[in-house]
Amino acid sequence: MKEISCKLLVIGAGPGGYVCAIRAGQLGVDTVIVEAVKAGGTCLNIGCIPSKAVIHAADEYEKLAEMAAGKNPFGITVEKQAIDLAKTVAWKDRIVGRLNTGVAGLLKKAGVKMVAGWARFRDGKTVEVETETGLQVIRAETIVIATGAKPMELPFLPFGGAVISSTEALSLKELPKKLLVIGAGYIGLELGTAYAKLGSQVTVVEALPRILPQYDAELTRPVAKRLDALGIKVLVGAKARGLTREGDALMVETSDGKDERLAFDKILVTVGRRPAMEGWGLEELDLDKDGLFIRIDDQCRTSMRGVFAIGDVTGEPMLAHRAMAQGEMVAEIVAGHRRNWDKRSIPAVCFTDPEIVMAGLSPEEAKKTGRETRIGQFPFTANGRAMTLAGEEGFVRVVARADNNVVLGIQAVGKGVSELSAAFGLAIEMGSRLEDIAGSIHAHPTQSEAFQEAALKALGHALHI
Amino acid sequence: MGEHVIKLPDVGEGVAEAELVEWHVNVGDLVREDTVLAAVMTDKATVEIPSPVDGKVSWLGAEIGETVAVGSPLVRLEVEGEGAASEAQAGAAMADGEKEAPLADGTAEEGEDVAAPPKRPQPKAPTAKPAAGAVEAAAKPAPVTAGAPRSEGEKPIAPPAVRLRAKDAGIDLRQVPGTGPAGRITHEDIDVFVARGSRPAPAGLQRRTGEEEIKVVGLRRRIAEKMALAKSRIPHITYVEEVDVTALEELRGKLNAEKRADRAKLTFLPFLMRAMVKAIGEQPAMNSTFDDEAGIIHRHAGIHIGIAAQTPAGLMVPVARHAEARDLWDCAAEVNRLAEAARNGTATREELAGSTITITSLGALGGVVTTPVINHPEVAIIGVNKMMVRPVWDGGQFIPRKMMNLSSSFDHRVVDGWDAAVFVQRIKALLETPALIFVEG
Repeated sequence: MKEISCKLLVIGAGPGGYVCAIRAGQLGVDTVIVEAVKAGGTCLNIGCIPSKAVIHAADEYEKLAEMAAGKNPFGITVEKQAIDLAKTVAWKDRIVGRLNTGVAGLLKKAGVKMVAGWARFRDGKTVEVETETGLQVIRAETIVIATGAKPMELPFLPFGGAVISSTEALSLKELPKKLLVIGAGYIGLELGTAYAKLGSQVTVVEALPRILPQYDAELTRPVAKRLDALGIKVLVGAKARGLTREGDALMVETSDGKDERLAFDKILVTVGRRPAMEGWGLEELDLDKDGLFIRIDDQCRTSMRGVFAIGDVTGEPMLAHRAMAQGEMVAEIVAGHRRNWDKRSIPAVCFTDPEIVMAGLSPEEAKKTGRETRIGQFPFTANGRAMTLAGEEGFVRVVARADNNVVLGIQAVGKGVSELSAAFGLAIEMGSRLEDIAGSIHAHPTQSEAFQEAALKALGHALHI
Repeated sequence: MGEHVIKLPDVGEGVAEAELVEWHVNVGDLVREDTVLAAVMTDKATVEIPSPVDGKVSWLGAEIGETVAVGSPLVRLEVEGEGAASEAQAGAAMADGEKEAPLADGTAEEGEDVAAPPKRPQPKAPTAKPAAGAVEAAAKPAPVTAGAPRSEGEKPIAPPAVRLRAKDAGIDLRQVPGTGPAGRITHEDIDVFVARGSRPAPAGLQRRTGEEEIKVVGLRRRIAEKMALAKSRIPHITYVEEVDVTALEELRGKLNAEKRADRAKLTFLPFLMRAMVKAIGEQPAMNSTFDDEAGIIHRHAGIHIGIAAQTPAGLMVPVARHAEARDLWDCAAEVNRLAEAARNGTATREELAGSTITITSLGALGGVVTTPVINHPEVAIIGVNKMMVRPVWDGGQFIPRKMMNLSSSFDHRVVDGWDAAVFVQRIKALLETPALIFVEG
């Protein structure tokens, strides 16, 4: 097969890779992108998007279940709810399919050449791709590694059979009666909550002393409360030891040192994700590593000239929007613009129930900078819109420097707060002060008013509390 | 409760109004009889207004810089201690409830301009206003400093659009001073940075922002008005001539060395004054005042020489009256006395008015040339520049001579250039051969 030469080659068409390729195409850079599976990567195919579809379906189902049980305050009654999980999955697959096509269309529109197959480095300038029609050699001036990450496996609980990763959990054709979730990070809790709402008996096993360990306890409290209300059993400080000899139960050492046997239909292992470093010829390149990840500088350059890396393969936080921003930046660098990573915040959202948003520094992190801080927190119990949504759990919290009121971080937990992430991110990127937020009219009645009120609170004059 | 109204007294003959230049009291202050309440300024003199009675200030009738007519109310005093105290407490209690600060009740009732007094800062006044302010201040967090220097390694605060623009332009934002809130870097800051040649601000130098408002009042306002009047009405002609004062300096040195103990030390000015008297004798038109509205030139018989003097308050022009009747020593003594009086503020109105011609001298600061502004409505002013030793060609060689420039301005409407030149040349001749100053006839 004839060799392809190009200016830019992107390996992996996940959110980082495809954005990089689209932007490069827009800038007139001769670009090729290689993807072994489907455009969109983890996020679109087996991550963000499908999980949100499943979570939404589960929410809808749970609402009806509550209504059928006569437990809603609205006076609505329903005879009996039912769900055909296969249809739910089909709906989700249609969304994914549309987005796959959409991404491919955008790449095409930007003039990016797509090569389907598994890429492997020969050297820093050459990649060979196993395509359906044979080996394709691509030579490129610049190569971007955007190979992403994979669910981490537990050595004593390899994926397969009843032990599943998030990928399989998003395509279950029937509901597991008993679902064990190992790892109470955001992925485990999002999916565990969804299955509990759909009717599974869910138990979460977490080795650390509390759920969502990277978030502060105040933020996760409403989530813990909701897990409890949904009948999800959470074992914190508990270690999964492996299956029993018969393979019918999971051995768990609980926080008080006792062994417990947990029966299951499925075990969902969500103990983290590791960078996808194998199979694409990393060994041919002499790239510096940063722990498990590829080391990059503030322009996403690796230790090899002309080789960039973006996305999950470069480290935490492993979030699609970080990868996209990196991809965009790298494309512009390749096109000759001066760019470097200067983002102030990468907002993170947990689609738990209720949702959690974090942007910028937590109060704890802000304190570690050695500065005096000023914190304002406003509860949704004092927000009219939250009441009308029957979702008064949670709050918005703003952390600012005490000397000049520049906002350092914003966190929120509550129903639907994921959409507030836009305001939070913008406030931090703009270098807003508390007065800027407090002085912007926030539409009434919306939950966003809690953001303004939190800023006012930090300034010492909240109005509605 | 009684009220005592203090009106602006008659502060000088023919004075109808005076400018308030200073308040010595605030609303709410307790004053004793003879406590100075305010200072007002007439044409040239500042007059202090004492309180005729004991009482508590309830109202101040003017703002600093305002002109007050003689006989109009200046200060109101509450003169019944007991009643006044209870009134004030009631006011404070009300303020807590209303968050509104009623000032002294008298003002509102009077229906006069009540907007003026509250504008003044009243740090000590125990009225409701500062009390309410204090409550507010306590609720507010500490004031925020803008544009504070960034500490080492601290990221500059800039919105993404500004960051992008800086990158495209190759500007390191860490070197750009931010003038926005909390030192945020704005597009305008980039403009300034680029205009300055994209050089970082020199280390340790910080840009200052903001401005101070300084009210032009009192003497400064008078100076401003007078200068504006002189420069806008009088077409100046300025003539500069060089004078060889070697002989004069020799004479001056000798006279000073041998002077009687009771005599003032001679400076250059008495010689100049006497030379001017002599020159005016030949050109009396120079000793005039021009009433341009009436179209009349007043040619004065007496020669009253104004001596511009720098005082802590600003420029003042005390007047040596009848220079024609004073000898050299007398001129020296009079100049010393007037300069001293002007400096310590004891010069009377009479001593500060009525000049017919003026001398301006910057002494040792002198400079090479000045363009003196005529002391309106006079028609001539003689400016003295710095004396220095300069090489002078005597026809065969350069010899060191003590040289000095005179920079003189004339009202060109009534003094022709030729006459001005003749006048200065005459003074020059007199100063270069000082014996001529003293030869009569």
